Amino acid sequence: MGSQSKETERVVTGWAAKDPSGVLSPYCFSLRETGPEDVYIKVLCCGICHSDLHQVKNDLGMSHYPMVPGHEVVGEVVEVGSNVTKFTVGDRVGVGLIVGCCRNCNPCQRDEEQYCNKKIWSYNDVYTDGRPTQGGFASNLIADQKFVVKIPEGMASEQAAPLLCAGVTIYSPLKHFGLDKSGLKGGILGLGGVGHMGVKMAKAMGHHVTVISSSDKKRKEAMEHLGADEYVVSSDEEKMKELADSFDYLIDTIPVFHPLELYLPLLGLNGKLILNGVINTPLQFLSPMVMLGRKSITGSFVGSMKEMEEMLQFCKEKELTSQIEVVKMDYINQAFERLEKNDVRYRFVVDVAGSKLEP
Amino acid sequence: MGGQGEAERVITGWAAKDPSGFLSPYSFSLRKIGEEDVYIKVLCCGICHTDIHQIKNELRMSGYPMVPGHELVGEVVEVGSGVSKFRKGDRVGVGLIVGCCRSCIPCQQEEEQYCSKKIWTYNDVYTDGKPTQGGFASHMVVDQKFVVKIPDGMASEQAAPLLCAGVTVYSPLKHFGLNKSGLRGGILGLGGVGHMGVKIAKAMGHHVTVISSSDKKRGEALDHLGADEFVVSSNAEKMQELADSLDYIIDTVPVFHPLDPYLALLRLNGKLILNGVINTPLQFVTPMVMLGRRSITGSFIGSMKETEEMLEFCKEKGLKSQIEIVKMDYINQAMERLEKNNVRYRFVVDVAGSNLD
Repeated sequence: MGSQSKETERVVTGWAAKDPSGVLSPYCFSLRETGPEDVYIKVLCCGICHSDLHQVKNDLGMSHYPMVPGHEVVGEVVEVGSNVTKFTVGDRVGVGLIVGCCRNCNPCQRDEEQYCNKKIWSYNDVYTDGRPTQGGFASNLIADQKFVVKIPEGMASEQAAPLLCAGVTIYSPLKHFGLDKSGLKGGILGLGGVGHMGVKMAKAMGHHVTVISSSDKKRKEAMEHLGADEYVVSSDEEKMKELADSFDYLIDTIPVFHPLELYLPLLGLNGKLILNGVINTPLQFLSPMVMLGRKSITGSFVGSMKEMEEMLQFCKEKELTSQIEVVKMDYINQAFERLEKNDVRYRFVVDVAGSKLEP
Repeated sequence: MGGQGEAERVITGWAAKDPSGFLSPYSFSLRKIGEEDVYIKVLCCGICHTDIHQIKNELRMSGYPMVPGHELVGEVVEVGSGVSKFRKGDRVGVGLIVGCCRSCIPCQQEEEQYCSKKIWTYNDVYTDGKPTQGGFASHMVVDQKFVVKIPDGMASEQAAPLLCAGVTVYSPLKHFGLNKSGLRGGILGLGGVGHMGVKIAKAMGHHVTVISSSDKKRGEALDHLGADEFVVSSNAEKMQELADSLDYIIDTVPVFHPLDPYLALLRLNGKLILNGVINTPLQFVTPMVMLGRRSITGSFIGSMKETEEMLEFCKEKGLKSQIEIVKMDYINQAMERLEKNNVRYRFVVDVAGSNLD
């Protein structure tokens, strides 16, 4: 790969937030040269996730700028390192939230590397070479082959993008908790990017799916477009009472504080409330609510690369498509604003390759 | 069992008459023995913290007069015609539940303690319309399904605490696959259930860390109960060392306490198993369960099947609870001391050896 001093660094253009206003604008930066394990990718498209919003606005108090967000990346392989055999130039591949892990700890050794304490995030982190990591709203991305997954033939790139975070976020806990068998009764709390994925995936697994929402607004969409079996407004006391003690699991995507005592009674014996929202306000519950019924309040974080591959195959097999709105990069700031107001059905995907990235 | 002309069986127990929770002699009648019933002479009965909640109406569902007690060991006096598991003279135990619907899924899956129509040993109403009364009485009549044989060679007063505290620890460890050796467990709180937690976890081959709010019980935990480590929860450095290391924590703390500091101690897939009936909401932040896929869960006693298994397990391992035996006339003082956590670690009332009238 030549010596460092002679070759010109690879300069790419992305759209970065420069400060906590979160406004994205063109930004030129360099990517490392392709190492033996690396895959150098030309980005085709990239989904926008609610976490991107948290990060660009420093809601989690750990943001560094300039920050190129985007962790639902689909692209085309341009170059591979000498040790890379899984991928060849021209392959369509995806990259998610993680681009590095320690490989030694228990989680890493058990193919649960998303729980490695030393994991490296696709953006807003520092790579092993000391450089900041930058995400998928850029012309190119470079990632270690371990964290690159092949997109199944016949699956459209923009369809695949949301699966790399929202999709695996649903798939992983259902698989882990043995909830991927058919005939179960699942509830989806909240109908955003992850929620809509929850409905589709749970239906594909053969579950009876109830969407529980704070308003009646999305009833039609949930039932007719997403295929939910039932739709309940959480303030409908009578309906909520009817549903008591009936669910095997609830996937809770609500991103703000909400009372758990409203939802825990819906779970049957051994039922699981699977939390997905990064909420900084403490949630609360009464201990008898989990004791009588041996219910669990748990959570999950994306999925492993192994689960990513499985999940993509599963979605291909079940012909599962996400409901997306494709936009160009110059729309990205409006897209972020609309996402903040939950005004998207249900995921924005930026057509990066089809956009003009330079200022 | 004779026609209705037979006199009802009147016996004496000690009952709370009002929410002061003060117990005093009380005569009441037990039902006639039905086909499935076992008539038991009570030998001894353990005192559980829940007994205090109930007699003082802290759970706001108490009916008086109430004879508490749900860790009882006794001797079979008579059995109904449908009973073949037990004979006169057998030593048996009864726990928290004396009835269930038998048809719901939990009942069919042998998890009858989760039946939504379960009948509690006391402070409930039986299928015949009579209030159920507990083990601080000379006798009890119980359906055979809810009676368990005490293993030969296990002392009655040793067995009593196992019927609630023991199975309360055993059941979730078994259910969550945590009963294999080599795991690292944490026990929060060192009362009746906590001390049982240390003993059972050690017997299962776990490394056991006791986490307490004060240093007071360090010597006891390490020297008498056999814990491997003892950490005071306010010791930030020690708690940091323990981070991400435990497979499970059995949380027996009976009052409000923050959960995040303990969730942090759990490793990937770790479980915080709650046991305390606490009326104030507990809190946590979602990243604490998401990063590490940890679970906050809870458990409620165990099934009859698990109770039998647990008794055999304790017999096999030579496990002994640490108890203080008292007579019935000491019961009110015992309740007061228990409320102040001033007992090592379970009171057991020698009912048969007491003057109940």
